[in-house]
Amino acid sequence: MQTVKMVITGPFSAGKTEFIRSISEIEVVSTEREITTPAEKRQKDVTTVAMDFGRITVDDDLVLYLFGTPGQRRFDFMWEILAEGMLGFVVMVDSSKPETFREAKSILETFRAYAPTPYVVAANKQDHPDAWSAEDLRIALRIEEGVKLLPCVAKDKESVKNVLLELLYSILEEMDT
Amino acid sequence: MPLKGELRDFSTTQLLNLINLAGKTGTLTIFKANKSGEFEEVNGKKREKITAGPERAKVSFRTGKLIYAMMDGQDGNLVSVLNKAGKLTDEQARIIRERAKNTTDKALALLLINANYVSQNDVVSCIQQHTLDVVYNLLSWNQEPFRFDDDVLPDNNRIQVPIDLENVIIEGARRIREIEELNQHLPNLDMALKFPENPKEKFKGIHLSVEEWRVVSFVNPKNSIRQIAKANNMSEIEIRRIVYGLEQAGLVELVKPPGMEQSVAAKTARRPAPAKPQVQKVVVNRLIDKIRSI
Ligand SMILES: Nc1nc2c(ncn2[C@@H]2O[C@H](COP(=O)(O)OP(=O)(O)O)[C@@H](O)[C@H]2O)c(=O)[nH]1
Ligand SMILES: [Mg+2]
Repeated sequence: MQTVKMVITGPFSAGKTEFIRSISEIEVVSTEREITTPAEKRQKDVTTVAMDFGRITVDDDLVLYLFGTPGQRRFDFMWEILAEGMLGFVVMVDSSKPETFREAKSILETFRAYAPTPYVVAANKQDHPDAWSAEDLRIALRIEEGVKLLPCVAKDKESVKNVLLELLYSILEEMDT
Repeated sequence: MPLKGELRDFSTTQLLNLINLAGKTGTLTIFKANKSGEFEEVNGKKREKITAGPERAKVSFRTGKLIYAMMDGQDGNLVSVLNKAGKLTDEQARIIRERAKNTTDKALALLLINANYVSQNDVVSCIQQHTLDVVYNLLSWNQEPFRFDDDVLPDNNRIQVPIDLENVIIEGARRIREIEELNQHLPNLDMALKFPENPKEKFKGIHLSVEEWRVVSFVNPKNSIRQIAKANNMSEIEIRRIVYGLEQAGLVELVKPPGMEQSVAAKTARRPAPAKPQVQKVVVNRLIDKIRSI
């Protein structure tokens, strides 16, 4: 059986878990939650590998795994491991939170340095009244013309499908060159 | 949907750049930053939440050009602008204000020009200067909440003198004092610079200072920013400020110099390079079919 993986990355609260949850056929194993007490915080540092994990079964011999990266920087040692062998990645951005744009761009650059795979940027939470449009985000984040920047609502399955399909189309194109 | 945010996350310079590149028409409103006493976590760091207080400034744009600005109630009406620039004495200003209460700025400008009080050139340059003063002032603000409303423009009685934003952005960057901000935007002086795709078009109508020209003359993917600074005898701060301005105005782009690529490659060679997935087209096509069918 062949398994392939894609990575869903982006800042904390960008909508990674929601995105994977919308399309995964299994309940998303999410280990990330509010850290409240210092004791819990300590414990979390030692014990938890915070990441989401979703699955889409194509048939008996092909399975796609979706990995959501932990948004917090202190887990970024995990990123490189996750990035290994990935087919492509999605950078999720909370379009309504400009305070996270800089972080989103920095995460994008970090992932791009790990592997030369295709990626798309999802301008998430387009249903939010404060959401910046995809076109404005492209300029704000300085995303090159050749990179797809897709409006997204992670709660909406059709929207998530569209993002994954666009990523797959980019992967196909890349194979042709 | 209006664009909303805070200048501490998205600076005035970045906003001007966005408005310029997107060719936007509308009005940017900046509010007083009121501390809320509540805290929020942003990118893993705690900070105090800000709420929007009263309006402090308004700046309007038409198709990406600056056309109007006002700050803290000084709305930049023609008489006060000419008065401030010394083109009208206080006494003249007082009399005109009294007699021309209900005259629009446009009509008033015609009257003043016809009566030889001022020239057309005075009117244009004083209004332009007023607008620029407000905007340059705004560039040093680094906390305030803002909102950009598409297609909202000042009333038509105003004399609007369109100003290209590229020059404003460059001049603005010249005025940015905070080294920290520059450091943040340009963390690595080992990067090199290259010209954009259509340099001729971009440079058209741009006024560069001598310092900027000195940097521009060294732009080459082989020269690191650090080397350019050294060749020009510039400090880190000076070179950062200039490169930042040129980059924000889209006149240069950052690239990795050839040496740097090598050292990154050398670094990655130490551990097994991430294997390129051995995936065939047929697999990708199956994934596509599956996701379409969900
Ligand atoms: N309005 C709206 N809210 C969203 C969307 N996607 C995620 N959220 C909400 O944003 C919050 C953070 O989402 P989550 O998936 O946990 O973010 P993560 O930290 O990236 O995994 C949650 O409250 C979600 O319900 C969206 O497209 N629209
Ligand atoms: Mg999550």
